[in-house]
Amino acid sequence: MSTIATLDLTPRPGAAPLHRMVLAQAGAEIRAMLRNGEQLLLTMIIPVLLLVGFSTAPLVDIGGGARVDFVAPGILALAVMSTAFTGQAIATGFERRYGVLKRLGATPLSRAGLLLAKTVAVVAVEALQVVVIVAVALALGWSPHGDPLWAVPLLLLGTAAFSGLGLLMAGTLRAEATLAGANLVYLVLLGLGGVLFPLDRFPAGVQHVLGLLPISALTSGLRTVLSDGGGFPGGALLVLLCWTVAALALAARTFRWE
Amino acid sequence: MPGVDSTFESTLGSAGDGAPAVEIDGLVKRYGGTTAVDGLTLTCARGAVTAILGPNGAGKTSTIEICEGFRRPDGGTVRVLGLDPADPALRPRLGIMPQTGGVPPAARAGEWLRVVSRFYAHPLDPDALLGVLGLTGHTRTPYRRLSGGQQQRLSLAAAVIGRPELVFLDEPTAGLDPQARHACWDLVAALRAAGVSVVLTTHQMDEAEKLSDHVVVIDHGRVVAEGTPASLTGAERQLRFRARPGLDLEELLAALPPGSAAKESPSGHYIIEGQVGPQLLATVTAWCATEGVTTEDLRIERRTLEDVFLELTGRELR
Repeated sequence: MSTIATLDLTPRPGAAPLHRMVLAQAGAEIRAMLRNGEQLLLTMIIPVLLLVGFSTAPLVDIGGGARVDFVAPGILALAVMSTAFTGQAIATGFERRYGVLKRLGATPLSRAGLLLAKTVAVVAVEALQVVVIVAVALALGWSPHGDPLWAVPLLLLGTAAFSGLGLLMAGTLRAEATLAGANLVYLVLLGLGGVLFPLDRFPAGVQHVLGLLPISALTSGLRTVLSDGGGFPGGALLVLLCWTVAALALAARTFRWE
Repeated sequence: MPGVDSTFESTLGSAGDGAPAVEIDGLVKRYGGTTAVDGLTLTCARGAVTAILGPNGAGKTSTIEICEGFRRPDGGTVRVLGLDPADPALRPRLGIMPQTGGVPPAARAGEWLRVVSRFYAHPLDPDALLGVLGLTGHTRTPYRRLSGGQQQRLSLAAAVIGRPELVFLDEPTAGLDPQARHACWDLVAALRAAGVSVVLTTHQMDEAEKLSDHVVVIDHGRVVAEGTPASLTGAERQLRFRARPGLDLEELLAALPPGSAAKESPSGHYIIEGQVGPQLLATVTAWCATEGVTTEDLRIERRTLEDVFLELTGRELR
C-alpha cells in the first residue's frame, strides 16, 4: 500500500514528445476497437462471412471469372469503410457525448495529435483486416492479377475520405443519431456501392451516379488493380480525393468537441 | 503547437511566472438570455488552496471551465498563471478534474491512467498514485463498473498525474464516502505542501473550512464574500443547545442582557447570540432549570461557514 508521502507532488510540468503522446493514445484506441464486440462484428466478422459466402455460393451473377476474384477487392473496400467510417464515427460520437474529447483537450495532447492518433489506430486495425481478408481470400483460391502496390494509395485515400465522413457525422449529430446513421449508411453503401453486386446491373443513369460514391470508387479502383491487372487507378483516386477534401473541410468547420 | 516537437519544460522565468494562479476581472458569461457569470472578480494566490462556494447555478462551474480553457468569456479578462486560458502552453501546467465523465466507459482504470501519464514529460507513477487513492484492486476494472466514488478518485488521479503547477477540482468529493473524502483531502493537503496551487469548488462547508486558505462565496455570478475561513466566520460566538421544541423564547430573552438574540432553527435547535460569556451561560442554564427544560449538546462556538453561507445566499431552494 502506497502512502501519500511516497509521491513527489512538487510541480514538474512538461508535455511528452508528440510521438509518445500519439502512440499512447493510438494504443488506447486500438485496444478499444479490438475489445469492442460490436466493432469486431462490423470490421472482421461480417466482411469475412460475406467473403466466404459470396465466394463459394452462386448468390450473385458476376458475369464470368472466379467468384472470389470479384468479391475479394469489394470486401477490402468494405473493411476500410467499416473501420474508417462506421466504427470511427460511432466511437468518436460517444467520446464526444461522454466528455472524453473535452477531457483530452485539457491534456498536452493537441487536437491535431488526437486526430493523428485516431488515424494511426484506424490504419493499424485496417492492416489487421487486410491480412485476415487476404489470407481467407487466398485460401478460397483468389489469384490477384496486377500490381498490389497500387492498392496501397487507394486504401489510404479511401481511409482519408471515410474518416472525414465519419468525423463529419460524429462531430455534428447526437451520439445515438450517429450510431443509427453510420450503420444505415454502411448498409446502403454495401448494397449500392458495387461491393457485392456489380454496378452494371443498375440502369445506366443510376450507374454513373453510384459510380461517384466513395465506396464505388474504392471498390472499382481495387478491382481494376487487383483483378483486371490495371495500372494507375487515376479515376478512382480522383473521386476519393474529392470526397476527402470535401468531407475533411466540412468536418473541420462543423466539428463540435463537446 | 508549442511543446509538441520537443519536451516543453516550465522553468523559473517562463511566461507568467510570479503571476497569481488565477486572476479574474469583471468576468461575464451568458448562455442565451441567461447570465451565468455577471462581472465576477477574484484572485487565487500561488501555492494556496482556494475554495469557490456557491449554491447550484451560482456560476461556479462556468467560471472554472473558463479558467480551464473550455469556454470563452463574453466579457472581462481571465489570466491563468499569467496566460490566456486558451494558450496551449498552459496544458501541461494545469491539472483538471471535471465534475463528471471524461473517461471512456469501457477503458480499464489502470490502462487509462497510464495513457494519460504518457502525455506528460515527468509523470507520477500511475500504480503508486492508484495505491494512494485506494484503487489498486481496480486497475483492470472498466470505468463504467467502478462505483461513483472510485470514478471520482480516478478522475482526481488524472488531474495530478502530470505534476501540474495548478489544479482545478470541480466538486472533487461529491458522492464520496467518508474514507474516500479523507483520502481526497489528504491529497489536496499534500499538493498544497508541495507548492501546487489548488482551486476547487464544493458544496461541503466543512471541506472548505478544513482545506482552504481562501474562501470565495459566489452567488448569481458575482462574488458575495471572500476571505480566510476564520475571517468569514468571524470572532462572534454563539450558544447552541437542543431541547424540546417550542420553548418560549420571549420569556428567555427577558432574562438575558439587552442586545441578545434567540432563535429556534430548525425545530428543537436553539441559538443564542449576543455577549456570549459565563454570565449568559449561567442565565440560560438557570432559566432552563426553572422551566424544567433538559438541554442536550449545549455548547459555545463560532458561527460555522455554513451559517455564513446561508446568510449570504439565502435559504430558498434553487
